[in-house]
Amino acid sequence: MTAVPAVSIKNLRIALPKGAERPYAVDGISIDLVPGEIVCVVGESGSGKSMCAHALMGLLPDTVSTETGEILLEGDNLLKLDEDGWRDVRGRRIAMVFQEPMTALNPLMRIGEQMMEMFEAHNLLTPKERRAKALGLAREVGLPDPERIVRAYPHQLSGGQRQRAMIAMALALEPAVLVADEPTTALDVTTQAQILKLIRDLQRRRNMAVMFITHDFGVVADIADRVVVLRYGKVVEEGTAAEVLTRPQHDYTKALLAAVPSMHPPVRAPLEGREKAVDVIGLDKTYVTSGGWFRPDRSVRAANEVSFSILQGETLGLVGESGSGKSSVARLVMQLIKPDRGTVRIGESDLTKLTGKALRDERHRIQMIFQDPFASLNPRRKVGNIISDGPIAHGTDPKVAMQRARDLLGMVGLDAGAMERYPHEFSGGQRQRIGIARALALDPEIIVADEAVSALDVSVQAQVLALLEDLKARLGLSMLFITHDLRVAAQICDRIAVMQRGVIVELKPTAQLFAAPEHPYTRELLGAVPGQSSPSQAA
Amino acid sequence: MKAFWKSMLRHPGGVIGLVVLFIAIFIAIFGPTIFPTSPWRMVQRPFLPPFTNPAVLLGTDALGRDVFAGIIYGARVSLLVGLVSTLVALIVGVPLGAVAGYFGGRVDDALMRFTEFFQTIPSFPLAIVLVAILQPSIYSIVASIGIVSWPPVARLVRAEVLSLRTREYVQAAIVTGQSNSWIIWREILPNALSPVIVLASLMVATAILLESSLSFLGLGDPNMISWGYMVGAGRTVIRQAWWITVFPGVAILLSVLAMNLVGEGLNDALNPRLAKDSR
Repeated sequence: MTAVPAVSIKNLRIALPKGAERPYAVDGISIDLVPGEIVCVVGESGSGKSMCAHALMGLLPDTVSTETGEILLEGDNLLKLDEDGWRDVRGRRIAMVFQEPMTALNPLMRIGEQMMEMFEAHNLLTPKERRAKALGLAREVGLPDPERIVRAYPHQLSGGQRQRAMIAMALALEPAVLVADEPTTALDVTTQAQILKLIRDLQRRRNMAVMFITHDFGVVADIADRVVVLRYGKVVEEGTAAEVLTRPQHDYTKALLAAVPSMHPPVRAPLEGREKAVDVIGLDKTYVTSGGWFRPDRSVRAANEVSFSILQGETLGLVGESGSGKSSVARLVMQLIKPDRGTVRIGESDLTKLTGKALRDERHRIQMIFQDPFASLNPRRKVGNIISDGPIAHGTDPKVAMQRARDLLGMVGLDAGAMERYPHEFSGGQRQRIGIARALALDPEIIVADEAVSALDVSVQAQVLALLEDLKARLGLSMLFITHDLRVAAQICDRIAVMQRGVIVELKPTAQLFAAPEHPYTRELLGAVPGQSSPSQAA
Repeated sequence: MKAFWKSMLRHPGGVIGLVVLFIAIFIAIFGPTIFPTSPWRMVQRPFLPPFTNPAVLLGTDALGRDVFAGIIYGARVSLLVGLVSTLVALIVGVPLGAVAGYFGGRVDDALMRFTEFFQTIPSFPLAIVLVAILQPSIYSIVASIGIVSWPPVARLVRAEVLSLRTREYVQAAIVTGQSNSWIIWREILPNALSPVIVLASLMVATAILLESSLSFLGLGDPNMISWGYMVGAGRTVIRQAWWITVFPGVAILLSVLAMNLVGEGLNDALNPRLAKDSR
């Protein structure tokens, strides 16, 4: 530690309101942010990493209070500032980039005006100079066609462009410190790679101190100079990126690193000679939004001639970026939306031809695990009912169904006491287990998992993936596994289909796909996965 | 449930509303047994001012009838009409809105145009016409108030169902092979209930006002005294005998205000985001 830190957080302790799960959100944390260095604060959800960032900006919610500690910026203790003092610091000396660029930008203001607002808020420059500055900033963060884009509204930009605009706003007043709270979590991998590079470049060029909050060790490996690992509001490990990633000292860091799926697909048992469990032939789906009387209709082709089949006991991965149509395919296969053309065949029956009662009777053969463990369980029904409702609807005796629900809970690693409780009493990982139990309750042949582990922390993600693999092997299930995360896909899939704009561009066994990707889009996707250069991935 | 009462009790307006409402309900149920004088009987000389004779505390009207007795007996009609007509509106509006929102497309179009047909007619004149055609009686009043007040319920339920229909747990229910009616009743409506309860509490207040207005115009049930009827009957002599109109008017004001306060309290208590903010 030779350089003088731009900001140092000293022994910060933030108290949570009474009745919270622990007394302190942040418990005695000290972090120095040095100019020209990126400090990654890593932790799982609830570790207090966002609290740190918000404390640095003076944006803590009213329900918490800072008990001890100080945040020193050029000798001033920021925690002693009043609201006026904070306003002066924010933007000018410390700036922040938020996670979700769509909600962080005002939808009714042009991008350029929002950038100019930064100067206006601090009473700097004349309107004309502000406009010129905004243009310059747009150019600096690599927004295409800056003259046009400063006059655009946020909804007219892509996710990556919006995040670039956010970064431009943060940089407007040349702050000494940039706080980035999960700035790439809402973005696709290829966009994420570009934004990470942009932050890295800007930080070098301007010699800023950057505090980068993330939960993703791949991102850490790509961008961090120093790493701080948080758990339950305490620092468990701190060091240079190379040290922490290659020679982790604390058990928690080791566990976290071990939970990150590797890019090297494991060898999988051959599946030759098996029967087809499901056959999907030529699915087409076009969404049409009516433009009203005076404008033409807008149409989006979500699935275009999508064909694949899954063998018994096989896991087929469907990967792609947001908007590639992979979730639409899941819903088409599940018959939650009707395709314009095409067939979904399970054994002898063609699901697309069935309607009403006949379709309901066949539905038990293919079941789904949903993405969001918080939205996929009815908040007003008990867990026992959620699991047994399906079998009861198919004519199982309620007593038998309840007993089966109890067994299933045991199978997914929850105790039978969960039967009488409501979903909100469980954590994300536990809820996803309940979702799996619900899918299994109908003894399906095929499971469709739509981003089933994307909303979970890495350590929980690893457990749920292991559970899925185990259940699949034990019950002889086939699976359609939809994900945007190629690391996860590498670990669990026998074959992978890559989707781009509604079309499957490449479909190959996992090992072959990773070893020799053919389609340029596949190559781009594989290249954009963060953390590949890191030495920790060599193992 | 405990948390609900806690946040309800934290809302002082809601508590006052509940207290007033309970008093009104108590009077409506037990008032006539405690105070058996019929409101139609002449007990004293006409136009007796209030607070002069302890036997007729609130004075007498143009025919020498006890104003206090009228208020006690009128509570029954006002509250009954308020509650029952709201119930009627809910019975019509909730299933209609739920079906429109859940099935969408043509069904939605047809049902919503039907709803709009009722919404475009001003509700009070429609209620007057309906009562006049059906002959004034407590049944026709309840029916007509119910008929003019269901469209907002249908609209609200439809909007709620539209947003809940795309939730993952509803899709999960479809995938497990549940029937449409099961999904609507078990998965969607319980989660759409809070705003409907709030709206219903406010509708009771509106219904009380509507009944009073109808009675004021002489379209009340001729066999049952109500607050609106008393105000209407006393309006011609309001300059000589203000008490005949003012006391039943205050009764209407208090009960409507109480219902509104309860509605607001419910809104805060049932809306988790607001409940959290008020901490």
